[in-house]
Amino acid sequence: MKAFWREFVRNRSGVAGLAVLALMVALALLAPVLTDRVGLDVTRAQFPRWQPPAADYWLGTDHTGRSVLLQTWWGARVSLTVGVAATLLSVGVGSVVGLAAAHFGGWLSGLLMRVTDFFLALPALVLAICLSTVLPRGIGTIVLAIGATAWPATARLVRAQTLAVEARPYIERAKVLGGGHLHIIGRHVLPGVFPLVLVNTTLTVASAIIAESTLSFLGLGDPGLVSWGSMLHEATLHGAVSQGAWWFLLPPGLGIVLVVLAFTLCGRALETVLNPRLRVS
Amino acid sequence: MTAALVTAEEPPAPPQGRPGGGTLRYVAGKLGGAAVSLLSVVVLGFVLFRVVYPGDPVLAMTHNRPATAAQQDELRARLGLDRSVPHQFLDYVRGLLHGDMGTSYTFSRPVTDKILESLGPTLLLVGTATVLATILGLWLGIRGAWRRGSRFDRTSTGIALTLWSAPTFWLGMLLLIATGQLFPSGGIRYPDTPPDFLSQAVDVAHHLVLPCVTLIAVIYAQYLLVMRSSLLEEMNADYLTTARAKGLRDDLVRRRHAVPNALLPAMTLVFLQLGLVVSGAITVETVFSWPGLGLLTYEALEAPDLPLLQGLLVVFGGAVIVMNLLADLLYRVLDPRVRAS
Repeated sequence: MKAFWREFVRNRSGVAGLAVLALMVALALLAPVLTDRVGLDVTRAQFPRWQPPAADYWLGTDHTGRSVLLQTWWGARVSLTVGVAATLLSVGVGSVVGLAAAHFGGWLSGLLMRVTDFFLALPALVLAICLSTVLPRGIGTIVLAIGATAWPATARLVRAQTLAVEARPYIERAKVLGGGHLHIIGRHVLPGVFPLVLVNTTLTVASAIIAESTLSFLGLGDPGLVSWGSMLHEATLHGAVSQGAWWFLLPPGLGIVLVVLAFTLCGRALETVLNPRLRVS
Repeated sequence: MTAALVTAEEPPAPPQGRPGGGTLRYVAGKLGGAAVSLLSVVVLGFVLFRVVYPGDPVLAMTHNRPATAAQQDELRARLGLDRSVPHQFLDYVRGLLHGDMGTSYTFSRPVTDKILESLGPTLLLVGTATVLATILGLWLGIRGAWRRGSRFDRTSTGIALTLWSAPTFWLGMLLLIATGQLFPSGGIRYPDTPPDFLSQAVDVAHHLVLPCVTLIAVIYAQYLLVMRSSLLEEMNADYLTTARAKGLRDDLVRRRHAVPNALLPAMTLVFLQLGLVVSGAITVETVFSWPGLGLLTYEALEAPDLPLLQGLLVVFGGAVIVMNLLADLLYRVLDPRVRAS
């Protein structure tokens, strides 16, 4: 663990990503302590409409006179929560499918991989749109729609890695000694597959957050919650572009770019640490 | 939507060619697989929109107009919604085979007509953007990998990753604000352009600039990273040492020996990443009101226009499946190693 950390710290962009993430998560968690939720209520907007940044509202105001800073701050909570929850769902499903396909083999593997390849080929956004249209609007639906479209990549990755691990002699030894399926998967295969799953998880959060913002931008998000995507949706609906209201567009978008980039950099740094072949000698 | 970065680092698995030739068998197998996938898309669309959808489609259709129970029953009978679910599925497949995907609720026109009308603009946008993004991505990827770790390599990878992290529609909106009145803010042509071919073409090209640039900015990173890692794999190969030992200039070693070998996985990926391009097109067309399939999708999900969405799912899914099939077949034609194995 110590060696791992020392190696990770050497990767400057990875550390930068981690620092940005820590700051963002801390701010998102502290939002109810440092700010007042009341400012998000349209009926109690206290500022003039469409104002550029000023001392009272650092990032300007939107079409209803709400502070953009406050919305961006609270939006981080929704975007991060949806991103992480959707990732956990997709990595969970993907890992189980990948492990089962590689470990049990035979017709089960054939069937599972056919299904995986089918979903991998389908354009994810189109499927996510269809799912969020037919299911009731809400944060759960968004998580489900993203999770349901993101798992095949993980499944393929986990299957490949499991096959590689299971080809090693110590697995054979465990089988000969009478280890059951659960024992072999839990004690021998999972530790070998875990590092890759970790890297994959970090990168999946990045794309899940983009997916959330895209679905919310298209108007499929939870109508009762402010997220970065829904802010951009509102901005488009009320003509922020033709108003030249750059202060309403920049903050949510920059938030997305920062978080996604931070997750991507962390993922790539982890990959370099865990896969010595990628290190620049 | 963009989980591709994860898989992008590894070259696509070569198709399994059976020993002893069997090209015909290979092609037949691939065709069969694609047919099964196509059928699955049709089933998936039907299940989502006719079985999972909780509301009553007839209510969704008439939600702005008052309709008596008798009128609703009449509508149900006309749409075939009063029959059993398996019967409805057979009706749907039968219609599909005749190119009939039902009638759009919002436009009151056949879904097939609406989709065909929007196909041209989308092909123009996606085609132009893919070609330009491929050229840009491959060129930057080759230069970056050849001088790995140089300032150029670090800068171009950094910029690409940042653009890749940005949501497509947001980039588009920023471009719109930043360019001001320089380019049209939406649509495909002005209504008052003279009808001769040249003025029309210039007008469409003028409208195409911003959506195209936005789409390129988001997808070229993919091609850059794949080409870069693919070329890095080749960098230490023995044949490059041989080429250098022969006294070839560095430039020639790269152009004649390294790049052609590294190009293959990258080109296959251009086909395989079509899903990413499709999702990019949906948001870009929404921002710039480009009258293609993406804008049609956005318009369909507001109502929601179930038959139209169902048709779009089949068309998008079908397009990607066909492209994947082409990639598989092309890989075999281009790479003799796959045929020989």
